[in-house]
Amino acid sequence: MAIAMTLNGKPVSVEVPANMPLLWVLRDELEMCGTKFGCGAGQCGACTVHQDGVPIRSCLTPVSSVAGKKITTIEGLSPEGAHALQKAWMEMDVPQCGYCQAGQLMTAAALLAKNSNPTDAEIENALDGNLCRCGTYTRIKKAVHLAARLMQTSNASGANNNE
Amino acid sequence: MNSRRFFLKVSLLSGGGMLIGGHEALAQGPRRAQAPLDPNAFVKIAPDGMVTLTGKNPEMGQGIKTALPMILAEELDIDWKLVRVVQGDLDEVKFGSQSAGGSRSTPNNWDLLRQVGATARLMLVQAGATSLGVPVEECSTEMGRVLHKASGKSVSYGEIASKAAALPMPKPDQVKPKDAKDYKIIGKSMPTIDLPAMVTGKPIYSIDFKLPGMLFAVYEKCPVYGGKAVSANLDEIKKMPRVTHAFIVEGNGDVSSLASGVAIVAEKWWYANEARKKLKVVWEEGPTVSHTSVGYDAKAKELFAAKPAFAIRKDGDVEAAIAGGVKKVDAKYQYPFISHAQMEPGNCAARFVDGKLEVWAPSQTPGRGQQMAASALGLKPADITVHQLRTGGGFGRRLANDYMIEAAWIAKQIPGTPIKLLWTREDDMRHDFYRPGGYQHMRGAVDASGKIVGWHDHFVSFGEGEKFVSSSNISPGDFPANFVSNFGVEATLIPTKVPTGPLRAPRSNSLAWVIHSFIDELAHAAGKDPVQFRLDLLGDQPVVGKGMEAYDAGRMKACLQLVAEKSGWGKRKLAKGTGMGVGFHYSHSGYFAQVAEVSVDAQKRVKVHKVWAVGDVGSEIIHPSSAKNQVEGAIIDGMSELMAQEITIDRGRTVQTNFHQHQMVRMKQAPPEIEVHFIKSKNSPTGLGEPPLPPVLPAIANAIFAASGIRVRTLPMAKEGFKWA
Repeated sequence: MAIAMTLNGKPVSVEVPANMPLLWVLRDELEMCGTKFGCGAGQCGACTVHQDGVPIRSCLTPVSSVAGKKITTIEGLSPEGAHALQKAWMEMDVPQCGYCQAGQLMTAAALLAKNSNPTDAEIENALDGNLCRCGTYTRIKKAVHLAARLMQTSNASGANNNE
Repeated sequence: MNSRRFFLKVSLLSGGGMLIGGHEALAQGPRRAQAPLDPNAFVKIAPDGMVTLTGKNPEMGQGIKTALPMILAEELDIDWKLVRVVQGDLDEVKFGSQSAGGSRSTPNNWDLLRQVGATARLMLVQAGATSLGVPVEECSTEMGRVLHKASGKSVSYGEIASKAAALPMPKPDQVKPKDAKDYKIIGKSMPTIDLPAMVTGKPIYSIDFKLPGMLFAVYEKCPVYGGKAVSANLDEIKKMPRVTHAFIVEGNGDVSSLASGVAIVAEKWWYANEARKKLKVVWEEGPTVSHTSVGYDAKAKELFAAKPAFAIRKDGDVEAAIAGGVKKVDAKYQYPFISHAQMEPGNCAARFVDGKLEVWAPSQTPGRGQQMAASALGLKPADITVHQLRTGGGFGRRLANDYMIEAAWIAKQIPGTPIKLLWTREDDMRHDFYRPGGYQHMRGAVDASGKIVGWHDHFVSFGEGEKFVSSSNISPGDFPANFVSNFGVEATLIPTKVPTGPLRAPRSNSLAWVIHSFIDELAHAAGKDPVQFRLDLLGDQPVVGKGMEAYDAGRMKACLQLVAEKSGWGKRKLAKGTGMGVGFHYSHSGYFAQVAEVSVDAQKRVKVHKVWAVGDVGSEIIHPSSAKNQVEGAIIDGMSELMAQEITIDRGRTVQTNFHQHQMVRMKQAPPEIEVHFIKSKNSPTGLGEPPLPPVLPAIANAIFAASGIRVRTLPMAKEGFKWA
């Protein structure tokens, strides 16, 4: 069946079975591989994308359920790396293997969009479902704080134009 | 330099510029034949001054794709802004060893890459002097230019690269790598290669690699290790939507190469995986079906009651020394099998055309993979091209190449079509090469002065007779051998067919916990401060033991003293229910000591407030940010192993299937602070992937004892009722 949605600000339509998870639509139908497959069971958060600004697990989301919705992926956060979080991630040299980081960034972006100056506890609560096998948590936390500061001094955009 | 000699080769880059490559001199079997002129070199200097450096080793998050090119750039004396790093394909004749394991990438390449860079710089200086018409000895280099300070004249490397390429190669003894005091790149945290691509979601990982016309495969292996696929409902599977092929793979009897199973190939991966839900296979499960973790535990208990089967080491009169001790400790420790659980599941792309195989692999040992694929498919290694792709974590899982052989096999059944194999998380967790579990019955005694006088370890592990399975052994030289006069280690092995293999800091990740927990028990029995007790044990001799057993007690003492100082050991008043613990360990050429501050409440909820780590991995920390990241990550990794991770076996198969049953530390549970210090000793730089991990397990376990009086002797701790606060 044809399913239409808005992906990173652009209308797209895919002809796939209704139960195909959004993750595989993104990765294999639309060739957008920034969203990662980690567990396929909603355990790790590597596949996190936004549905109307809310972080969801694309590995468990049937594509039919996002028909007509606005979806944002890591590719849509800022392709040039201009989002405050991307700048902070680079400044803090956060990743090791980097595989989970798209999911971490998308969860953090949703947090900052509704809470521009989160506390440690708020960051921990928001990111509790995102596993990092390399253990970069302390840097992630510092980078979220840095991004919040960058957004306040308006050196970088924290807004997502696609949502 | 390494034991193998390496010859450099300089040539003209097509279109102008300079190219520096090399080849290995010693032939080691057929694949080490003489290399042709290298088209894929370490260094390419283009006429516009852009320098392309090759990251030669597999990148899995350890930062080697940044660190090794930094060594080259330092010796070349170039502007890092003008550097581009590309991942080299597998060619160990051209590049030397290209594996990532054992924290060996830095030590194996330190001398080689400094020599490569310094040779190129010397030739550029010679060409620059000629071009400027000045004496060569009056020239220096800076930021990719040859300078003649007296006249103020200079020329860029790009302008003279073609001339430099035409010069005769200097002899190795004419080339002098830089003095460390002149370093401008080594020791600075240069922007990590691939970092912009990571934060913008570029398809840089192995799982992202695709080719036009590619088909996608899943592979169902027998749930019982070593079992075989007899038959399957292939006709039904082939009729499923978008499925193109389905076939039984007999396998070659070696689960580290090609386990038997059923391959399903489809136009897109999801269709193959959907079809798999309908797959019905008749398996011949084989003898391993009788194996269970419960059975292993029962067997170990039985073996502890009997005499050990064989001796690993026997110094002095252990039994008399223990019998004569003033305080004695007798304790049984046990730890489980665990999985690597790297975030990116196993995958590999392969294409078989005209008898030649090309693979795109996330391997830590691409050379071994090439050999294994050749043997499994009946090809010559020379007919197999291996491209290295960035991997989402290794931790030792990708030292094995089973995903590569499976992909290669499937590709060979569909000649001309590129295929991509991708495992599910469940495949990955159920078919790992696990860190082997083990059991250690420790006995020891201290004398009236608090000195350890006797030490005995009945080491019950896995293997046949006296042959350990992979990564399950204890060595005669393992600490504290040579530090305790009456010292015995004896072993008994339990047969297993569970596949085992190295996990980050293999052997050390379990041994350090047992050894330093037991040392802590002895310290408390002796009524001594745990740090002072360890300093006394390390003694005053700088190096203890000979040859392979040489242990630099001086380096370890320096780490231990500094970590005690930085953590305020014994100097701070701690709240009730809070305690500090210490551990140290030498592994993979690195010395690390750590202190943890931990609180434990009445419900056995544990909070790790802070960990201090001091390491000595030689004279240079090439990339300080990445180095600290490795230490921070190793500490959090060790915490996961301590608290929750366990693979259990039932009816010859793995019980756990996904992250929820093999939990890693989450952000909330991670220590709010990790403080890392490096001691730069006068030793050649060594690796950091592994040595920071082992000490954190005993440091936290010992802190739990200090906080609560409960001694942790079984891992994971969750089995004893502990949980993270």
